[in-house]
Amino acid sequence: MKRLIIFLFLIIMESPSFAVLPNEILKNPELETRARSISQNLRCLVCQNQSIDDSDASLAKDLRVIVRERLTAGDSDEQVFNYVVARYGNFVLLQPPVQSDTMILWAAPFILMVVALGLAINYLRKQPTMDEET
Amino acid sequence: MDRNSGKIKQGFGCQNAAAPITRIAQALPPMPLSTHGKRNIMIVEIGHFALLLALMTSIIQATLPLYGAHRQDRALMQLASVCGVASLILVTLAFSSLIYAFVTDDFSVKLVVGSSQLAKPLIYKITGVWANHEGSMLLWVLILVIFAAAISLFGVNLPSPLKARVLAVQGMIATAFLAFLVFTSNPFEILAVVPPDGNGMNPLLQDPGLAVHPPCLYMGYVGFSVAFSFAVAALIEGKVDATWARWVRPWVLIAWCFLTLGITLGSFWAYYILGWGGWWFWDPVENVSLMPWLAGTALLHSALVVERRHALVSWTILLAILTFSLSLIGTFVVRSGVLTSVHSFATDPARGSFILLIISLATGGALLLYALRIPTVRQGAPFAAISRESSLLLNNVLLVVATATVFIGTFYPLLIDLIGKDKISIGAPYYNRTFIPLFIPLLIAMVIGPFLKWKRDDLWPALQKLKSPLVVALIVAFVVAVFSFGNKILSASAIGLSVWIVAGSFWVLAKRAKLGSVPAAQSMAILKSTPRAYFGLLFAHVGLGLVVGAIATVTTWQQENILAMKQGDQTTISSYGIKLNKIEQVPGPNYTAERGTFELSSAGNVFTVLIAERRFYPLQQSLSNQTGIRTNLISNIYIALGEADANGAWTVRIYYHPMAPWLWIGGFIMAFGGFISLSDRRFRVGAHA
Repeated sequence: MKRLIIFLFLIIMESPSFAVLPNEILKNPELETRARSISQNLRCLVCQNQSIDDSDASLAKDLRVIVRERLTAGDSDEQVFNYVVARYGNFVLLQPPVQSDTMILWAAPFILMVVALGLAINYLRKQPTMDEET
Repeated sequence: MDRNSGKIKQGFGCQNAAAPITRIAQALPPMPLSTHGKRNIMIVEIGHFALLLALMTSIIQATLPLYGAHRQDRALMQLASVCGVASLILVTLAFSSLIYAFVTDDFSVKLVVGSSQLAKPLIYKITGVWANHEGSMLLWVLILVIFAAAISLFGVNLPSPLKARVLAVQGMIATAFLAFLVFTSNPFEILAVVPPDGNGMNPLLQDPGLAVHPPCLYMGYVGFSVAFSFAVAALIEGKVDATWARWVRPWVLIAWCFLTLGITLGSFWAYYILGWGGWWFWDPVENVSLMPWLAGTALLHSALVVERRHALVSWTILLAILTFSLSLIGTFVVRSGVLTSVHSFATDPARGSFILLIISLATGGALLLYALRIPTVRQGAPFAAISRESSLLLNNVLLVVATATVFIGTFYPLLIDLIGKDKISIGAPYYNRTFIPLFIPLLIAMVIGPFLKWKRDDLWPALQKLKSPLVVALIVAFVVAVFSFGNKILSASAIGLSVWIVAGSFWVLAKRAKLGSVPAAQSMAILKSTPRAYFGLLFAHVGLGLVVGAIATVTTWQQENILAMKQGDQTTISSYGIKLNKIEQVPGPNYTAERGTFELSSAGNVFTVLIAERRFYPLQQSLSNQTGIRTNLISNIYIALGEADANGAWTVRIYYHPMAPWLWIGGFIMAFGGFISLSDRRFRVGAHA
């Protein structure tokens, strides 16, 4: 029991540190750059919309290490994303995939733009003519 | 001070005057009786009682004046103002007594136990009042009644029926919020057993930034309630005229200024407290403050059209309703946790349903009234497709679609979660692909708009006037592109856009003053007689241009250096040398800090010392960062201290952020522009004429 308490205490004490730590950084700068840009698009699962690149949670650290392991093993960026999504689901992607249930999400802003412009133009056309007013 | 004590005395007076209300108060469910005579428990009880009385005065304010306006009964209409002032006194009393409980560490109050502790510095005992759900709601209500009392006292020239109706709607909002406080989120709940110390406050929130950020944000949210009340009152009356717009617009301006300040402060707070140099996250909590800002910006501009040309009337009314609805969503989402998980919403079903009820009643009721009454509102004056009105209409189209995009991005994950097939996240990459492309046309058009004439104009002559700013912007973009060897075309364009906005906004005044084409003295004379609203426009637009430039520069050219440093180690960032002088343990009032002292040098000469701390709060078992930031107003050097490894080396994150200061200075300049506009003569005249 006492050991458990010490263990739990250590977990609590250990957790808050920083985003990317010096010992995680890969020696190969090209791989590290790729790792950073992948990390910026992966969500820390326990934070509010923070990427694992920015998060100091231990879970984010684990994911950062996994990303770097996969890259070192020779995976392409896409393979790394697939690897992580296969384990954590689409939730982990900060850029939601384009699929049947996200079509609306991606299309809405542009559809709304067209609709709003249409309404505005309609407003202009339906006005009484200016001469009537003056 | 004197005025405050005066209010408290008056508050005591009210207590006797409303004796029958005590019975109602006693019938209310959570009204725990204190079983101990410790400390000044009376003051807390008086606060609680004042809150209940404020609910009563608000109910009166929400109902009788409305009837009075209908019957043209002067006395009943006057009652609105009396109730407005009475509510202010009562809520101030409640709020002061809560501050008193926090400052005197009254741990018989549940809220104090939950978010305070003995060893906390005094300032954070005070800010702790609104660092929790109940207290922040009370602050919201306090600001609401301040606004309502301001209408009561300063709206002397408002027609009585309009004033009574506006105040009645304000009273309805106050009633909803006070009932929410009293029945589900009572800040004055008392504990039967008084603990020796409190549980403390989230260390991240123990920061001077938090003292001002939430009140500013709330001033913004609540400020839009005035526009909402004016809109609903106008719908009840079925008439909107130019004077209506002149009365509403200062309130919209005040709200917009404070919301701008609040968002800017929040962004800066995140920047220096989170320790990795980020300043905007597209986090739901940020998004919900951005939405009312975007909608409020649209409202600011469309109200201008109503005021000047009496066009876009019904649209402006609708926008006022929507802006306040978004403010309500912003207020509630932050505290309810609905966006972190759908399920946390259900942890307190009473609060959850109450929140939904308030939002749907306010929005639904106002929209229903809108649908019923808007046909009676006289249609606005016509304008040509190329005119100042049209440019402001385009501003509204773009801003509203941008608002909708943020809304969809914020709430879509919730929808997917509710359908239950998948869980998705929406972060910066989504907004970079949707929000930003929609915002760029707005940034281009905002320079052209002010050069168009009201009612009817031609585009080409207006564009001709803008030749100089366009040339300057293109040259700057070209130079940046060449100096970055063509690698940063996008960033170069963004900087060009920023220059276009800044130069183009100054050009508004330059053209007005006929700078260069008439003698300088004559230009000065024109400038002196120029209404302040022009300067407001200038500052607000220039501020936004600076923010755009800062975003482009800092995201493109920031540098970072993450490394493990031992005492005495040196490193570099940009052209600066950085040496970790020493790391020491420093005790704080309710924390212990590891303090790193860094020497910054340029070309070998030490020019300053930066302190970066990692504070450990034993009570909460958590850490917070105090980053060291050195700014020369062009760039920031930013140092955050991490933890030590087994070899006695500390993780240090060092950033170089070019132009970063202008992210926030730009925000402040925008708000400043709003305040200047607020001092324009026509509002002062409008208030007394």
